[in-house]
Amino acid sequence: MIDSTAVSIAAAVSSRKTSARETIDALYPYVESSDKTVGSYLSLTHEIARAHADRVDARVKAGESLPLAGVPIAVKDNMCLTGTVTTCGSKILEHWTSPYTGTAVARLLDAGAIPVGKTNMDEFAMGSSCENSALGVTRNPYDLGRVPGGSSGGSAAAVAARQAALSLGSDTGGSIREPAAFCNVVGFKPTYGRVSRYGLIAFASSLDQIGPFARTVEDAALCYDVMGGFDPMDATSVDRPLESTATHLRTDLRGVRVGIVKEFATGELGAQIDAVYKKAYADLEALGATLVEVALPTAEFGIATYYLIAPAECSANLARFDGVRYGLRVDGINVQEMYEKTRAAGFGAEVKRRILIGTYALSSGYYDAYYVKAQKARTLIASDFAKAFESCDVIASPAASTPAFAFNAKSDPYAMYLMDYYTIPGSLAGLPSLSVPCGWVTPEGGSRPMPMGLQLSTPLFAERSLLGIAHAYERATLHADVHALPEIASV
Amino acid sequence: MTAIAEVTPDVLAKYELVIGIECHVELKTASKMFCACPNEFGGEPNTKVCPVCLAMPGALPVPNKVAIQHMIRAGLAFEAEIPLFSKFDRKNYFYPDMPKNYQITQFDMPLTQGGVVEFWLDDGTRGSCRLTRIHLEEDTGKSSHAGSGDGRIAGSSYSLIDFNRAGVPLMECVGEPDLRSADEAVAFLESLKRTFVQLGVSDVKMEEGSLRCDANVSVRLKGATEYGTKAEIKNMNSFRSVHRAIESEFARQVGVIERGGRVVQETRGWDETTGTSVSMRSKEQAHDYRYFPEPDLVPVELEAAHIAALKAALPPSPAVRHRRYVESYGFTVAQATQLVDNVRLAEYFDRTVALTNAPQAVMNFVLGDLSRLANETETHVADAKITPDALAELIVMLEAKTINSKIAKDVIVKLWNEGGSAKAIVEKDGLAQVSDPSAVAGFVDEVLAANAKSVEDFKAGKENALKFLVGAVMKVSRGKANPVLVEQALRDRM
Repeated sequence: MIDSTAVSIAAAVSSRKTSARETIDALYPYVESSDKTVGSYLSLTHEIARAHADRVDARVKAGESLPLAGVPIAVKDNMCLTGTVTTCGSKILEHWTSPYTGTAVARLLDAGAIPVGKTNMDEFAMGSSCENSALGVTRNPYDLGRVPGGSSGGSAAAVAARQAALSLGSDTGGSIREPAAFCNVVGFKPTYGRVSRYGLIAFASSLDQIGPFARTVEDAALCYDVMGGFDPMDATSVDRPLESTATHLRTDLRGVRVGIVKEFATGELGAQIDAVYKKAYADLEALGATLVEVALPTAEFGIATYYLIAPAECSANLARFDGVRYGLRVDGINVQEMYEKTRAAGFGAEVKRRILIGTYALSSGYYDAYYVKAQKARTLIASDFAKAFESCDVIASPAASTPAFAFNAKSDPYAMYLMDYYTIPGSLAGLPSLSVPCGWVTPEGGSRPMPMGLQLSTPLFAERSLLGIAHAYERATLHADVHALPEIASV
Repeated sequence: MTAIAEVTPDVLAKYELVIGIECHVELKTASKMFCACPNEFGGEPNTKVCPVCLAMPGALPVPNKVAIQHMIRAGLAFEAEIPLFSKFDRKNYFYPDMPKNYQITQFDMPLTQGGVVEFWLDDGTRGSCRLTRIHLEEDTGKSSHAGSGDGRIAGSSYSLIDFNRAGVPLMECVGEPDLRSADEAVAFLESLKRTFVQLGVSDVKMEEGSLRCDANVSVRLKGATEYGTKAEIKNMNSFRSVHRAIESEFARQVGVIERGGRVVQETRGWDETTGTSVSMRSKEQAHDYRYFPEPDLVPVELEAAHIAALKAALPPSPAVRHRRYVESYGFTVAQATQLVDNVRLAEYFDRTVALTNAPQAVMNFVLGDLSRLANETETHVADAKITPDALAELIVMLEAKTINSKIAKDVIVKLWNEGGSAKAIVEKDGLAQVSDPSAVAGFVDEVLAANAKSVEDFKAGKENALKFLVGAVMKVSRGKANPVLVEQALRDRM
């Protein structure tokens, strides 16, 4: 079990109080036993981890300074790491071994992080509960009867359950922030283009962004500082200098204007939840911030817009899974039948639904009415944010409208889509945004208090500002520590 | 074949052929369009591949800047408009040799728009064909079908795919339906090819598949203003087969109409061995490609200064050169083509013309004596010892009648073998033409004295005798006497 933060592990390994190898060897027995109940991981990468830990120890011994020396990290299973089975939570890639390593993962490993394993996710990152995984069930460590959120549910659960100090998720419409809120951890989606997508198996290319889960904002900042920045292998990565964030965390919010979104009033979310957010906003104010009301009049079109653009892109992105070169193949009498059988057997219901929606939205005669209109709405939403940021430095809102829900509670796809109501508008605008623990509520029918997340969003590329504000809030409130992690595994 | 048999030349003559060509040209770059794999023809299958061009999960395209530059230069060479903003799009369809099952191409905002291709027919007429656009895309891999014996997909038990070509940069040139004969279509393609080769943007090797073209063909009664229904002809693998396929399609469509039928919009595949085309698919089976902007790439934003710099650095356009040779210098199309097709020869020619202002004489020497010497010695004229300056000197001396043409031919050989200055050779060897009347008179007197019989023959009216006497004088003067003065002196004396 890892109770230490990434920062303290890196310090201990760097000063050779312990080694990367000792850290990882001590961790695996706990991961193996606890994961029988939590199910964060789809695969563990013992051999790669041990070999890499030895290399890290050798580099530390040789005097190299590694910012993430020996830090165990879990990687969402839609990110390529050479020699690991990389499934995207899908039967179509169930046995596919990645032949290369993506940029973000490579940078973290080069900085000393140790890959513990690959984490469960909604198939192709499509979902908000991890229930769409074709390959396993992940449970919320705070209540095993509840979902961890999604799509990066495994990565959120792994950090929450102390099975890794850090983990990587990918966020397309809220897939880092919502599970972070559900699992009592920090989840951070950087500005679109800040972290290379090379090696991230695409869901919706114009929205996908890799980001960290951590138990503190400082750890998330450290991870981001290492993996962010321009990558010549990703044409959409932004070629502008990365400002270090971990060195600029702040402890008060004097002079910060916090925007509270008029359209995101929490009164209808129930008294308990309303109280959590009222308190969160008051805490921000108590730290010296000024609260200002801002308007995002087009935010209500976020879900409709998102569910045209993301499926349209995914309908093309997922076309490569055809049984020809890799992954599942179900034979047919000709190539057409092979395609059909392979894709019918390989993709789950939600993936098929989105491919169909996207194919339809791009079809001749419908393109202007759906795809083009959605792009226009996206532009309007982004300009609403830009306008809002004229009067505030950061926007605060719920990360999700409810705490983690029970398995099978959202059988209607649209009810599931609504889970991303607060996160999707910022995704469409490409904004940096995170969820930080902000309080607990006991859900109806639930037996335990469950965590809630405060979403903070800043203008494009204002990661330093965002993480600084979140750190000040986190250090002042320490909500994550209010309830201990339940006993989830015997070690 | 039957269609051709039914349609007589008289019937064909009532119709006008309308052709629009679309061709795909592989760009010459070091690496592929969106990855670092080498852009080279052939090689062991699947050895020039990487996660990007195999469409491995998570791999992303990064555009090749040289390919984009090639496109801009190709457009500028045809006076196309180069928009400051263009973008890539995805064209969606499933095919096993297309790894992503979408092709990255350009739909509504290509890198070049418009432009004109000028070409020449053998009879000396100049034609032109407007370009709709040239856009940039990526090539597919190659499928081969096994188990059927003849390499066709029908009956094959399995297929093999080689992805070495997948992701090679490809420009698609779309021509307007401005062409009116198979000859024009071929001349258009030759002009395109010449320009691309001379720009260095492509090798344009049809046998390696680096130029592939389709022809949209329709017919209409002469004088009609509406276009007929077109058929798209594919699979033509040489300029000769383009010519044959268009002529065949002309006869086929006229045959259909003459029999009271209607031409249907379809794609037809040309079969070189049978000399016929067969229907591949009709319009109703046409794909909906669901184009949309490629989200993995940012739009291409160019600066006007960059385009202007590329334009300024363009080599002379072969079409402009061709026009100058035919229309200003009065060369035949064959002569002009011979020069234009050989850039270094054309440059040599142009430099010499600039020094002499005697294009016809320069052309005669360059395509005549110099090309003959080049063949004999297997040396390019531009690499030979005779410089444009030396050739120009020689031609200036010839035009000024300082030397005669016989001497000029001798000096050319000497310059070819030894180099140096024509003037120096003429002076050193005393080859200048003798036009001094008293010197000429001396030669003439000597010859007349020695050839009394010929003088008598001339006086008896035999003009041939004069020719013999002129020759004798030239011989005595070792070729240097001015033949015009010699003849005059002989007549005067006799």
